[in-house]
Amino acid sequence: MTPRSSTRERRDRVLRIALPIVVLALGLALWELAVRIENIPPYVLPGPGLILQTLVADWALLFQSLLVTLATTFEGFLLAAVGGVGLAVLFNQSRLVEYSLYPYAVILQVTPIVAIAPLLLIYLPQHAAVLACAWIVAFFPVLANTTLGLNSVDRNLADLFALYGASRGRVLWNLKLPSALPYILGGLRIAGGLSLIGAVVAEIAAGSAGAGSGLAYRIAESGYRLNIPRMFAALLLLSVAGIIIFYVLSLINYLALRRWHESALEAER
Amino acid sequence: MQSMPMLPATTSHPDRLVALRGVGKTFPSGTLALAGFDLEVRAGEFVSLLGPSGCGKSTALRIIAGLSEPTQGAVEWSPTTAQVQSESRIGFVFQEPTLMPWTNVFNNVLLPLKLKGAAADKAAARVTAALDRVGLQKFSRAYPRELSGGMRMRVSIARALVTQPALLLMDEPFAALDEITRFKLNNDLLQLWQALRTTVVFVTHSVFESVYLSSRVVVMAARPGRVFTELAIDAPYPREGNFRTSADYAAFCRRASEALAQAMAAGGEP
Repeated sequence: MTPRSSTRERRDRVLRIALPIVVLALGLALWELAVRIENIPPYVLPGPGLILQTLVADWALLFQSLLVTLATTFEGFLLAAVGGVGLAVLFNQSRLVEYSLYPYAVILQVTPIVAIAPLLLIYLPQHAAVLACAWIVAFFPVLANTTLGLNSVDRNLADLFALYGASRGRVLWNLKLPSALPYILGGLRIAGGLSLIGAVVAEIAAGSAGAGSGLAYRIAESGYRLNIPRMFAALLLLSVAGIIIFYVLSLINYLALRRWHESALEAER
Repeated sequence: MQSMPMLPATTSHPDRLVALRGVGKTFPSGTLALAGFDLEVRAGEFVSLLGPSGCGKSTALRIIAGLSEPTQGAVEWSPTTAQVQSESRIGFVFQEPTLMPWTNVFNNVLLPLKLKGAAADKAAARVTAALDRVGLQKFSRAYPRELSGGMRMRVSIARALVTQPALLLMDEPFAALDEITRFKLNNDLLQLWQALRTTVVFVTHSVFESVYLSSRVVVMAARPGRVFTELAIDAPYPREGNFRTSADYAAFCRRASEALAQAMAAGGEP
């Protein structure tokens, strides 16, 4: 590597981190400035400073709600992971099961969750309904990706397993699942964000029905009370939670694949 | 046109390991890959199937391996090696190294033993021995992605040899490698074959490779795939670099090229 290309790479890396921060700072400054110059009341549009103050002031309440939402998201995500991979394996092993159930998996996926949530809240206890929403939104990408992965096995490797008389279980465990791993992890990365969305949608639907203490419920409640700064503060926490979920899953993806899969290899190799 | 020495295909040799008798293969799509294909493989020989692409040489290899069923004719294993197929004492090397990218070299070579349910400690010793044979003992913890094309092919060969197969089937294993690596692997393969006294059926479309390696070259014609003629390459082993430049080698190559040209003329239009 020549020194020139290495300095350019370093500059590139710095810019990639610095530029979004500059854009954020500029945007926030403009926002604050607009709010002050125009004298916009906080119940119409609070400035970033006030939002930050609210976040600090209401931290105990908001953090409690964040934990509730994250717990739901995590449970929904786990169910989606187990359900998605499990169903895909079941479909892969039995064509009859696949033919029988696949259309319904698609129907669950294409029906908007916002429309299903109120119904679920009627028939299920609230916690179960919220969880079901998170699961319905998140499981399909795992199912679809895992199915694709299980069917993407190298034909020669499959022949090799046949040559040595491998059992179905061996083929599944030692060949199909490892081949599908990059696809499964890709599906999980999508599912992480979606299960947060599912949890939020269900909490908002549940919030209008009465009970609830998650972050999305706080947003709905603050909306009724015209506590706009707290709405923004809760929204900020939700975004941060989404970003953290995405990066944690990306890290898991990287750690699992870095030794062998194209997607996780260093560029200079 | 010069006539080729044609061996009667039905000669039954005492050392016969496996024979294909009147084997035909029609794919579900209607493609006729093989018709009336006769081949006898004798214990200890190195036989190449040489032919243009599409002459069914890979199909023949897959049928011997039991990966594909003939639609006509039969595969006969000699009584002493009748168990060979069921015990999977066949090694198969594909055109691609066909390694599991998600695990290291050691586990890749271990795979056949693991699938056969071998005891872990014995299996480990055999994997180490197989890696030793192909000169990769230092790379057992490396992942396939970290190896060169030639090294990956060595791993593939080690994996095929780890079960100590009576018959090693190779489907154009070196076709994707550069010439320097190919020549090196040719020499290594001959050494392994001599050291292990195994039997090799080698599919190739290279006249030079088939002559260099084989004790017998079976020339195939296409559409439908069949044996056109065969040549005994009775140059002594061990063969090394100086065999490549010898007059004998040139003469054998010329004869094989002529046979291949005739086979291609006899095959239908592509």
